[in-house]
Amino acid sequence: MYFCEMTAGDGVRGPYADYDAWFAQQDNARLAQKSREAEAFFRQTGITFNVYGDKDAEERLIPFDLVPRILSGREWDKLSRGVDQRVRALNAFLHDIYNRQEILRAGIVPIDLIAQNDAYLPQMMDFVPPGGVYTHIVGTDLVRTGEDDFFVLEDNARTPSGVSYMLENRETMLQMFPELFSKQKVKRVSDYPKNLRASLEASAPPNCKGRPCVAVLTPGIHNSAYFEHSFLADQMGVQLVEGHDLRIVDGHIAMRTTRGFKVIDVLYRRVDDDFLDPLTFHPDSMLGVPGIMDVYRAGNITIANAPGTGVADDKAIYSYMPDIVEFYTGEKAILKNVETFRCSEPDSLKYTLDNLKDLVVKEVHGSGGYGMLVGPAASKAELAAFADKLRANPANYIAQPTLSLSTVPIFTEAGLAPRHVDLRPFALVSPEQVNIVPGGLTRVAMTEGSLVVNSSQGGGTKDTWVLED
Amino acid sequence: MLGKTAGGLYWMFRNLERAENTARLIEAGFRIALTRSTDPASDWRSVIVTSAQQAAYEAKCQTYQSTQVTEFLLRDPSNPSSVMSLIKNARDNARLTRTAITSEVWGAVNETWMRLCDQLSAPVPDTELPKVLASIRRQSALVRGALHGTMLRNDVYDFCRLGTFLERADNTARIVDVKYHALLPSPSFVGSKMDNVQWETLLRSVSGHRAFRWGSDGEYNAANIANFLILDRRMPRSLGYCADNLVDNLTYICDQYGQETESLERAHAIDSRLRGRDIHEIFDEGLHEFLSTTLIHLGELGLQIEKDYRFFQ
Amino acid sequence: MQLFVTHATHYTYDTPVVYALQKARLRPSGSKLQEIEAWDLTVEGGKIEAGYRDHYGNNVDLISAEPGTQSLVITAQGTINTHDLAGVLGPVYGRAPLWHFQQITPVTRLTDEVAAPFLGVFRAAPNPIEGGHALCHEILSKVAYDTDKTHAATTAQEAIAIGHGVCQDHSHIFIAVARQAGFAARYVSGYLRIDGRVHQDANHAWAEIHVPDLGWVGFDVSNGISPDDRYVRLAVGRDARDAAPISGLRMGNGGEELMVSLQVQQ
Repeated sequence: MYFCEMTAGDGVRGPYADYDAWFAQQDNARLAQKSREAEAFFRQTGITFNVYGDKDAEERLIPFDLVPRILSGREWDKLSRGVDQRVRALNAFLHDIYNRQEILRAGIVPIDLIAQNDAYLPQMMDFVPPGGVYTHIVGTDLVRTGEDDFFVLEDNARTPSGVSYMLENRETMLQMFPELFSKQKVKRVSDYPKNLRASLEASAPPNCKGRPCVAVLTPGIHNSAYFEHSFLADQMGVQLVEGHDLRIVDGHIAMRTTRGFKVIDVLYRRVDDDFLDPLTFHPDSMLGVPGIMDVYRAGNITIANAPGTGVADDKAIYSYMPDIVEFYTGEKAILKNVETFRCSEPDSLKYTLDNLKDLVVKEVHGSGGYGMLVGPAASKAELAAFADKLRANPANYIAQPTLSLSTVPIFTEAGLAPRHVDLRPFALVSPEQVNIVPGGLTRVAMTEGSLVVNSSQGGGTKDTWVLED
Repeated sequence: MLGKTAGGLYWMFRNLERAENTARLIEAGFRIALTRSTDPASDWRSVIVTSAQQAAYEAKCQTYQSTQVTEFLLRDPSNPSSVMSLIKNARDNARLTRTAITSEVWGAVNETWMRLCDQLSAPVPDTELPKVLASIRRQSALVRGALHGTMLRNDVYDFCRLGTFLERADNTARIVDVKYHALLPSPSFVGSKMDNVQWETLLRSVSGHRAFRWGSDGEYNAANIANFLILDRRMPRSLGYCADNLVDNLTYICDQYGQETESLERAHAIDSRLRGRDIHEIFDEGLHEFLSTTLIHLGELGLQIEKDYRFFQ
Repeated sequence: MQLFVTHATHYTYDTPVVYALQKARLRPSGSKLQEIEAWDLTVEGGKIEAGYRDHYGNNVDLISAEPGTQSLVITAQGTINTHDLAGVLGPVYGRAPLWHFQQITPVTRLTDEVAAPFLGVFRAAPNPIEGGHALCHEILSKVAYDTDKTHAATTAQEAIAIGHGVCQDHSHIFIAVARQAGFAARYVSGYLRIDGRVHQDANHAWAEIHVPDLGWVGFDVSNGISPDDRYVRLAVGRDARDAAPISGLRMGNGGEELMVSLQVQQ
């Protein structure tokens, strides 16, 4: 059976006790009304995202569920120590593979995994970003299967998204149910934008004088995450720019303002590597900033996250993460990995093909839940078709056992109903420290029994509480 | 502020203003065609001409019928000046400039868009038309209210206002120009039924039919109406009032930035042509010529603002 | 040998430029093959925005055209003392690992069928050096030197099918075959003094392969020899795009004309 985070075993679990007592006194009709109000509010505020290839519904809402996901302070401490350790290891790994490559020389990670990886950018070799920071923002996807069993499902080291939902969800809960927050001490998440800005500023190029100028680079209003881009720029109090607002002025990247060009020191970019610099990468890109890689290597701007960090969130690299953590930190990984079968290895491929109906199979470079097979939910025909794809290109896949993801109830008109969840805490990395906001984005599969929580696949979100114990 | 942001604010408010003006034009046209006209096609044609879209319209439709005209002006996605296109564009600009505007302004623009998406999801029958048009005007007022009530009075606000007044001046000049023949003092027609109808349409097109009665001693003649729409600075849609505001908002920006721009000079030039004038003098000069020149000056001012404040490069 | 190089790249634009950038790899580095006695990069109608060493150790300058200009001239000029070491640069390594130079890029990809005869020739030789020379000979006999038949984006595979090519095509084919044979190989752009001819209209290019115990060794396919003291190494990379002396990007319409004036003399 699944581990229910609210009512495991004989009764309500500790962190949910106060909430449960409050909920028992609520009227379902009133909560249903609140839920509709929240949706109207999200729509009116434009907290929407665009789905690629979906013309009819250009802008969609991510369903918001009003039952919070609650973690005790003790649970959180362990998680955040684990995330901290992992994020430091990721940075050390990136620094290494773009410079001396000790981990490859030591034979811990196979060279092919880097050499054959499209996300590995040769243009980053023999270069250290300002402050030595590669992943300024990391989102680590965690799942839970039991009281003390947390696993890392995925590391998002390039451009983790969703933090705006973490903040808006809390804001919405505060407005709808202020009484809940007076009963219980929930750790604040609202400092995130301030911390993000401070963290980015601390990573400015060493020759930057005065307070560093930070800006957010977006592909534009038609991008699926545009809301988040403008939200973060707004909350940090910095400019939201597009490629065509920028040009090179006196060796720096500068933005076109009504009063002339102004130099940018730190660019939090939400444009993918391929499109970042048409002069260096994809020559047809209209979204990027020509010459930014040259300015970067000349030491005149910080790009966050650094180009080429995607190599670390590859699912094949993921399977080596416990070794990577140990190699760079000298400690055992605090957070467990999900057992992973690399289909590039003949034994693993055979095992995967033999047990396809029990496994989750993912594309090595995939994300967003696209192109993955959930064995237990697939039909015979789907399994057969996937097996063919797997045999044709085994190195493109990894397989994992189907985890019994924990559940947290969602609110339905009929009352509470259990649904599977995951958790994405956000870590901010600056040259001095790693800062993890207490909470994160809880994604929830809105369909009964479904294990797919991705918003692009109909998943919803919840407010995530970390209690002051 | 980013040049692109300034441009986005300016165009958001130009588009909103134009949508509101188009709604008003349709309303005036609808009223006259329905109630008074002996030749509705010609009245609808005049609506299309006033909105400066004759060529585009005639490329699509052969005749001037109310359903075709309203469809073209309200809903047609291929017409960049249909109300729906304008509101969508305004909302895109609001998204583009979200970090510069208050959540109230954003919310009002977004709500306007959502509402119109709903109301204009199918062709609007004549019976529903007044309701839809009223709603467009109401939404427009909502956005304006949010702007006035919540925005800091800085360059962000000024660029919004520049868009509004440039568009409004352009619109008023065009409306008067299309009907200028009805305004020329011609003794044989004075007080005739035709003039009365034309005059009323004209005033309704700028929501000025009641204000005119309060503001001009009630005397319904060509000179008074022309004076009201062109020179009267109490009338918020007159050219004089718009010019006043263009100068003011550009002056605020210049003060804030500590730099004089050619835009401000051009606005001053437009303003001084409308100041201390007698409407009869303008009639003597040639009303049509006067308005054409004003329209050209407004166009040039628009381009100059774009350039001075680096909207595009 | 002391070589004097003057290399001017002149862009002429039909309409005034709004915004244009050029990435120049026009500053040679010293090595045991060449000492840089004097070198200068000057720009007319624009300026150098930033300079740095790239991931292959090439010196790169980012150059912007002055807004409104209709002419941009980038001139590299200097004096270099070269040595004839039979093309052996030796065991000189940057951070880019050897496996990186074994990777096949889109323009250096050959189908097995097309690669087979070349691979056969290379492998038949008793050692990689002789194999390299035999491969040069084989390439030249199948792909004759001709400046009109290929263009900047022609791939190795295409050049073989066309049967003609320039130094870039020759080098790409050489690199492609060497990589298929398991060697690290790279592209070198540079200058060549041509006996009895001062004025030239293009850069030269050749290939280097990495031979165990010897390090990097050059092969100029087009001339069928290993580089000697008439050669100046300018930049390296996995293929021509990585090592291009100049690449650029311009916003706006209007045509542009490119004129190269290159003099290499003793």
